Amino acid sequence: MQPPSAKGPSPAKAPSPAPTKAPSPASGVRPSRNVKGSKVAPAPEEEVEVKKAEKTEVKKQVEIVNGAPPERADGNWEPPQKELVVPPEQLKLTPEELKEEITKTLTANNPFAPHNIARFTYKERQFKFDPMVDQTMVHFSSDGWMLNKDSEEAGRQMELERQEADARAAFEAQAHKFAGGTDSELVDDNDVCAIKVVRCLTRHSMRARASRRAGRTTGGRQQSILQPQDADVLTSADIFSKVSNLPQAAFEARARKPAGGEDELVDDSMDLRNSFNFSERAAQTYNNPTRDRATATEPPHTNDFCGMATQWAIFDGYMEDQERQRLNKELRKNKGTAASFTDGARKSSVNVTVTPAFCFLQTRVFLPSISDCTQDNPSTLPPFPQNKGTGASFTDGPRKSMSGDGNAGTSGSGPPRKEETESVVHNKAMSKAVKVVERMVNQNSFDDIAQDFKYWEDASDAFRDGEGTCLPLWKFYTERAKRKHVTAIAWNPEFVDLFAVGYGSFDFVRQTSGLICCYSLKNPSHPEYTFTTESGVMCLDFHPQHSSLLAVGLYDGTVLVYDVRNKINRPIFASTVKTGKHTDPVWQVRWQEEDLSKSLNFFSVSSDGRVTLWTMSKSELQFHDVMELKLSGNVSDTDLEEDETALGSLAGGCSLDFNQHSEHLFIVGTEEGRIHKCSKAYHSQYLETYKGHSMAVYTVQWNPWHPKVFLSASADWTVKLWEHTNPKPVMSFDLNNGVSDVTWAPFSATTFAAVTSDGKVHVFDLNENKHEPMCEQKIVRKAKLTRVSFNPKHPILLVGDDRGCVTCLKLSPNLRKSIKPHASKEVTQEQVAKLDKIIEVALKGE
Amino acid sequence: MSEIEETFKRVSSHKGVIGTIVVSADGIPIRTTFDSATTVQYAALVSNLALKSKSVVRDLDPENELTFVRIRSKKHEIMIAPDNGFILIVVQNPSVE
Repeated sequence: MQPPSAKGPSPAKAPSPAPTKAPSPASGVRPSRNVKGSKVAPAPEEEVEVKKAEKTEVKKQVEIVNGAPPERADGNWEPPQKELVVPPEQLKLTPEELKEEITKTLTANNPFAPHNIARFTYKERQFKFDPMVDQTMVHFSSDGWMLNKDSEEAGRQMELERQEADARAAFEAQAHKFAGGTDSELVDDNDVCAIKVVRCLTRHSMRARASRRAGRTTGGRQQSILQPQDADVLTSADIFSKVSNLPQAAFEARARKPAGGEDELVDDSMDLRNSFNFSERAAQTYNNPTRDRATATEPPHTNDFCGMATQWAIFDGYMEDQERQRLNKELRKNKGTAASFTDGARKSSVNVTVTPAFCFLQTRVFLPSISDCTQDNPSTLPPFPQNKGTGASFTDGPRKSMSGDGNAGTSGSGPPRKEETESVVHNKAMSKAVKVVERMVNQNSFDDIAQDFKYWEDASDAFRDGEGTCLPLWKFYTERAKRKHVTAIAWNPEFVDLFAVGYGSFDFVRQTSGLICCYSLKNPSHPEYTFTTESGVMCLDFHPQHSSLLAVGLYDGTVLVYDVRNKINRPIFASTVKTGKHTDPVWQVRWQEEDLSKSLNFFSVSSDGRVTLWTMSKSELQFHDVMELKLSGNVSDTDLEEDETALGSLAGGCSLDFNQHSEHLFIVGTEEGRIHKCSKAYHSQYLETYKGHSMAVYTVQWNPWHPKVFLSASADWTVKLWEHTNPKPVMSFDLNNGVSDVTWAPFSATTFAAVTSDGKVHVFDLNENKHEPMCEQKIVRKAKLTRVSFNPKHPILLVGDDRGCVTCLKLSPNLRKSIKPHASKEVTQEQVAKLDKIIEVALKGE
Repeated sequence: MSEIEETFKRVSSHKGVIGTIVVSADGIPIRTTFDSATTVQYAALVSNLALKSKSVVRDLDPENELTFVRIRSKKHEIMIAPDNGFILIVVQNPSVE
């Protein structure tokens, strides 16, 4: 709202026309070219004219000042002439119309005010129609200085004026009294003048007071302000002194004194008035309303954990704590030694920071079991497990490193997820678990066989005497043994369920590569260990004490020693051409007792006629030919000539066995059918030669109980029983087919089993029947049986055939009649006596 | 390494074996021959059972340790080999001829 006076032609403005301001708002209607003219300082008259023109505008007439102001000849300026121009489009009105009065009223209603304002309310979150629109339009307003006499404010003002007047009156009276009291004595007729001077002075002092009040704080300035006033006073005092002839200094003192005294009085009265229009105002600023603002922060991380204190958890906790204490103690001990070490070293300027690392090294050296735990954090002790998880990792440490041995490369630090799962799958624990599960699976699927193995007894045996049966149990076969002959079977002396099977070929035209499979009765479907050899395997023997050592003889004459625990398809020892390997198939290998130097050794016999002792040294097999099987002169008494021609050649050894009671004694079966009794002590001489077989002697075996009796099996269809002091066989059993193998039973001195090429097993118990087998049973069809072996503990025997299959047989009760054991010595004596009796009878019968 | 793989293969292909699962210590099946739903079910149930069995054995004698769990049912035999790092589960139908 603008005060109307701003636009109106104020009389105060008119006398001082500012040239640039003159063509104010109204000049906007003029053509722009007139601006030039307006620059020439317009006279006040023109200003008035402009205002008049403004008024005519209401009548829609435009006043135009045309042209530049003409200049007179004498150079004097003349105001421009004005001309009213009616625009052509203006409405032509008749005089009547012009005279017509049109009433226009100003209303307070604003015609332009909108009627339909909709505002958005944040409260209700929608647009709302706003009915309250400010319709008022102010056309004119004016602030006046007038007050109504009856009003309260006027009353106050009047009161104020009255008080001032009172104060003034009081002052006048006092001033008069002062002038009358002091100066009248000195001056008589100059009274009025003095009073005037004094009043003048007081007025000055009043001014001074005002200025003093303004600068109350600045004393210096106050002084400076007073100074000219004093001077002023003095000037007026000069006039006074001319009149009164008073000494100037005295008047000064006098003049000043009443001035100061009156100051107080006047001041109070004047103070009542607001002489400086001073107004004191206080404003209360707007109080910002308090605002509540809430923010949802991320909730703090929470962990739920719960545990159950079981007895074993507490036990484990104790064990871990004990272990930790032990480690701490040991570490402290080591630290002591390490510190003393570095103390010495420090003297020779060794960096002290080495100490902890050194300590750690010491710890690792002494305590390999904890090194895994401390590996991640070398400078600190293994932390006490805070929960079960870390406890598990504590114990996991060594196991993980074990798994690392199993598969190289996964034991690296920070293995990715894939490798981690690999290490879970491929570690020793898993290997063991899978193995056991495999056995379980086999046990389940061969459950009936397992039951038979354990519990089946042929009930019919009770009703038949001198007869028995073999019940076939598992068959051990692997695809890799296809078309190979079972050439050897050897039970492990330590684990009675484990046995090794050697595969090769007895067919000398069609030789195959060799294979050794170690089976367990617990897993008939797959061998535990498998080894392959270049040449066919011919014989096997487990070391009786070191049950993992397996001696192997091959068809090409090589002897090998495997350590089955290694699981590597590589023998730990092998004979070579350099180390005197056999030149013909090795038919039998037999471990010997350790010699004086504790080195392991074994014998082998080969078709090349050598009986060789092999000694395992650190790096290689050392050989020593114990015997050369000469075709001795005793071969034939009748044909001496032939003997001499044959002197150079050697007999091919086919089988070998050592007497368990006199260790030096051994017998060798040859291809010619002779059996030689030899001694380790005599290198080139047979102690005895047994003639009886007309064809190759495949097997010779001492009786496990009787020190003098041995059996031989030959291709000439017979099994013969010998007493080693007797060059002739004690008994002979014709089995109507080539006998590939014969073996004594471990449980009885009179029981033995033989297998023949027609696939039959013959079990004899001489105590029961001296001429006929107790059991003659065909085990395989269309196959030759090649090997037979009794289990040292269980009443089962294994027979191998020439199709790579090994069958397990269970002996019926009649076949395993044994002497009830009372004491071990008695049993042996009884067993020997039993066999002695039979031999005696047999010899008598002859 | 390959030996374990081979053994796995043999066990899985053995007569009557319905499937094998290896569950990690966290109860996550690592390898399986079952479909996923069965695997998850077996893994969840058996790991609980194995844990409980282990707890039972240890509670009876803290120095003892659970080695195997065999569950014989009318249809199956479930063989569980629990270890610290894993649980091996083999399900077999022993009556298959």
